Amino acid sequence: MADVLGDIVEALQLIVTGDPEILGIVSRSLLFSGTAVILAILWGTPLAMLIAMKDFRGKTVIKTFLNTLIGLPTVVLGLILFLIFSRGGPLGFLGLLYTPAAIMIGQAILVTPILVSIGVSAIESVDPEIMSLSKTLGASESQAQVAVLKEAASGIILSDLASFNRAIGELGVVLLVGGNIAGFGNRTDVLTTAISRNVQIGETGLAIALGILLVLILFTINIIVVVLRKANYIVELAKGPYAKLKRSRETKR
Amino acid sequence: MQAWQKLLIVAALATIIVVAGTLVYFNYFAKRRLFISTTTSLYDTGLLDEIEKDYEATHNVDLNIVAVGTGIAIQHAQNGDADIVLVHSPSVEKTFLEDGYGVNRKIIAYNFFTIVGPEDDPAGIEGKTITEALDGIVAYGDSLADQSGQTQIWVSRGDNSGTHSKEKNLWSKAGYDYETITQKPWYASTGQGMGATLNIANEKEAYCLADIGTYLKFYTDGSIALPALITEEQSLLNVYSVMAVSPTVAANQSIHEKISFDDAMEFIEYLVSPEIQQLITDFGKDTYGQSLFTGAVQPLKDNAPQPLISWVQDYAFFDGSECPQQYRNGYADLYT
Repeated sequence: MADVLGDIVEALQLIVTGDPEILGIVSRSLLFSGTAVILAILWGTPLAMLIAMKDFRGKTVIKTFLNTLIGLPTVVLGLILFLIFSRGGPLGFLGLLYTPAAIMIGQAILVTPILVSIGVSAIESVDPEIMSLSKTLGASESQAQVAVLKEAASGIILSDLASFNRAIGELGVVLLVGGNIAGFGNRTDVLTTAISRNVQIGETGLAIALGILLVLILFTINIIVVVLRKANYIVELAKGPYAKLKRSRETKR
Repeated sequence: MQAWQKLLIVAALATIIVVAGTLVYFNYFAKRRLFISTTTSLYDTGLLDEIEKDYEATHNVDLNIVAVGTGIAIQHAQNGDADIVLVHSPSVEKTFLEDGYGVNRKIIAYNFFTIVGPEDDPAGIEGKTITEALDGIVAYGDSLADQSGQTQIWVSRGDNSGTHSKEKNLWSKAGYDYETITQKPWYASTGQGMGATLNIANEKEAYCLADIGTYLKFYTDGSIALPALITEEQSLLNVYSVMAVSPTVAANQSIHEKISFDDAMEFIEYLVSPEIQQLITDFGKDTYGQSLFTGAVQPLKDNAPQPLISWVQDYAFFDGSECPQQYRNGYADLYT
């Protein structure tokens, strides 16, 4: 590590000049992890509702299991998915290995336990009165569930942001099922894998630049969380429908 | 219907859209993809980037290069996840051909491994033969005051790569049992690529076997300060070959019928063409003042320069040929 200072200067130059290589890698990272989190929200939210709102046997076991999965090493999940997506694996016929779809689905699976687990806590902490209240007011079962979900919005949004943090910062899944393919065609290298590769081949300046950008992205997301919390914005947002219900109940009386 | 059921249906649809979108894109809109599993040394030096740029400009194919060690590259090919392998470990390649996974092997380039080590060379190996050098390293390692494993003087790739199998080979040629060597407190295994391993050797001021390409890249840009102590000896020869993955593997028929064999062969013919052989030989001359690789196709035809070519034949030919008849599948013009 001869010339760290020179590498840092080079890194800053690359960032400031908006090097197209770097822009490409950053936008792939945002696109893949963003889509992954949206997918995970789509399937994680109903699962969280199901677990939180229904009573069934083995509920505690499932919740414990989900909490365990939160800490699952990404490279273990990457290995499992690699074997599944490999041409010899059960889903090999789809030909998804080394495609963006494999990365998106892999990262979505990776963050689902976080989303569901935090989502369940958020929904369970909502005042149970809301469910009965909405029904009293003539809401269908489905409408009542949505009302509860809105009350839990603040917790759920936090879990979404935490999921994005984990997705964009993980290396195991994206390396194994994405293949870290660079070059001039359809690429699958993202921030984390490109950092690893560029350290490996001695392009330390580029690696530092990518590292700075990754940290900046994570930092920005956390600032958003803090600001949202501080402004109590989410709470107000979430209180909206409940307050409306209360008002309408009062007027009915 | 309950809210969570409706949401689940939306989620399922979204997942299907992502998967289907990708499949439609890659099957109908993107260029055909050709998967190349390659050893890290070819990739890390930037040679394959150069080749890819040139190839994709003239061919309607998207080269997808996955850089891993030789061992993993071969495994990818066996699983049907690669169409071509570019590797440098003749013994592994031989098994690969014999098992019926690979066909149409061509030797494309050669260079030399090198043993690098600390400037002051405490084991005194500079200019020695490999066997003497390894003797020196073992003697120095065993004589260290600190045998707790804190001081490590030999760093190995330890990742089943071509470089790693070369290292095992050198130890056993010098009369050592490799297993015994790995148990020595002064032996460190990184399990990582050549670049990472060189960095670790540099930090530890240790000796290390490296391919000349990666070494020169790191040494020239000042990342590492270890000088090359032994170079260009017969036993340090390094030969790179390309093989197509066979589309007719009896054991894995359903997997391997998806191999893009024709595209793979087109790429192999491109690699052995005189222009690309020249590109390989010239690569890095401007930056490093010497070639990192030497194209092997014409020298093998000319049977010159000697003794280099007879070394290549000794080291990397099977039954007197770079690819014996039974491991060929069409494309006879490759071997004339």
